[in-house]
Amino acid sequence: MNDTRRAGGPAPLEVRIARKAYRAASGGRLDVLDDVTLALPAGEVGALIGPSGCGKTTMLRIIAGLDRDYDGTVRRPAGRLAMVFQEPRLLPWRTVEDNVRLVAPDIDDAALTRLFDLLELSAHRTHFPRELSLGLARRAALARAFAVDPALLLLDEPFVSLDAALAVRLREELALLIDQRAVTALLVTHDLAEAARLADRVFLLSPRPARVLAEIPLRPARRDRSETALATMTAQLTERVAALAPGRTQK
Amino acid sequence: MLRLLSLVLFLALWSAGAAFAGARLLPGPEAVLAAILADARTGTLFLHLGATLARVALAFALAMSIGTALGILMGRSRLADRIGDPWLVVFLNLPALVVIVLAYIWAGLTETAAVLAVAVNKIPNAVVTVREGARALDPALDEMARVFAVPRLRAFRHVLLPQLAPYLAAASRAGLSLVWKIVLIVELLGRPNGVGFEIGVAFQLFDVTRILAYALAFIAVILLIELVLVQPLERHASRWRAGPA
Repeated sequence: MNDTRRAGGPAPLEVRIARKAYRAASGGRLDVLDDVTLALPAGEVGALIGPSGCGKTTMLRIIAGLDRDYDGTVRRPAGRLAMVFQEPRLLPWRTVEDNVRLVAPDIDDAALTRLFDLLELSAHRTHFPRELSLGLARRAALARAFAVDPALLLLDEPFVSLDAALAVRLREELALLIDQRAVTALLVTHDLAEAARLADRVFLLSPRPARVLAEIPLRPARRDRSETALATMTAQLTERVAALAPGRTQK
Repeated sequence: MLRLLSLVLFLALWSAGAAFAGARLLPGPEAVLAAILADARTGTLFLHLGATLARVALAFALAMSIGTALGILMGRSRLADRIGDPWLVVFLNLPALVVIVLAYIWAGLTETAAVLAVAVNKIPNAVVTVREGARALDPALDEMARVFAVPRLRAFRHVLLPQLAPYLAAASRAGLSLVWKIVLIVELLGRPNGVGFEIGVAFQLFDVTRILAYALAFIAVILLIELVLVQPLERHASRWRAGPA
């Protein structure tokens, strides 16, 4: 039994997954998620952090409605859903602009221009995805996600396999986009510095089958975090993770 | 340039063959050209070419749309594939002649019977090719379209069709040549006009010049379609790829 519903108004994201299991090739059952409960208040950014293979992507797919084979309920805020996948997932046969317009046909030109300017894509509107570097393709995927003015934004390690400097720049751009609008977002990441920069709230997950081990609200508010505050927050998060998962080192 | 040279060589071989075999068995290129021009002047050539072309167009459009729909269905749904596969094997191996004769017996010597018979011959090939394409669809893009709630028709046009384009092009290419050959048989057996009908008449008179004249004239038409329709369409569909596809 499952129930993916949209509540009215600016509602929180509520996830209650009793169990999610895959049938293993050997015939046995592989539990991926075990009693995962989390609530993300409207307008907040949550970060899911956990060891690799713990089921974070599975969770995101369930929340996105791509996987309906689970026990539990998911309530998404009313409005449009947007997702930034691990790979950019652009249509290779459409230009950057047409890729964005595919999901947001009614976007007005001024808004689109602002979005492309902020993500430094203005020079690449008419380029096809194969003409883009990975960094630009990820920017295009971000532009597509924000073009629909999502009520809920899901990000699955959006900056993985970018070099560190570029990842930092894209993170700044993403923070700016999130601050500009009231979007509720859930971010899967391995990178605690990324969580400290972007999130209002961190959910630490256990190894598979995943449960929420701890929920950590981050202070001060995202706009008021200085470089030193960010460093302290990252260090504190690292400590918490180490304490919860002894013997495991996290980036 | 090389193509032109190759064509000249072909004409030279033809002339030599004509000189060797005699004009009755194999008339030379200039005799055939004269026959084409003569019939073009009276207008009968265009009447027959037009009739054949109309049948080709109708049967081709019918076969491609039904074949594409079935191919997508069978490529995406395992159930449809299981149910449809035995039918596909039967129709793939049903000789064109059997379909044509049965169509004429059941539906009479009508235009509908002729076009349907040709379409039925082509549909299974289109299904097989398009099914291959539908099996190779990228689920990642499909998920993207679902998450962003792209309406079905938009997703079909912008996400699905471009992925199928190379398969549709292959099916069209093979389809056009297959369809026009079968249309000729249909015309020979039960139509009062068209290239196939004319060739039938010429056969009874042993008029090789006429047979070649009509065959070449129609090949020219198909070549023209390929040049002004098929190739530009393919170029447009593959403009996002690097270099020539």
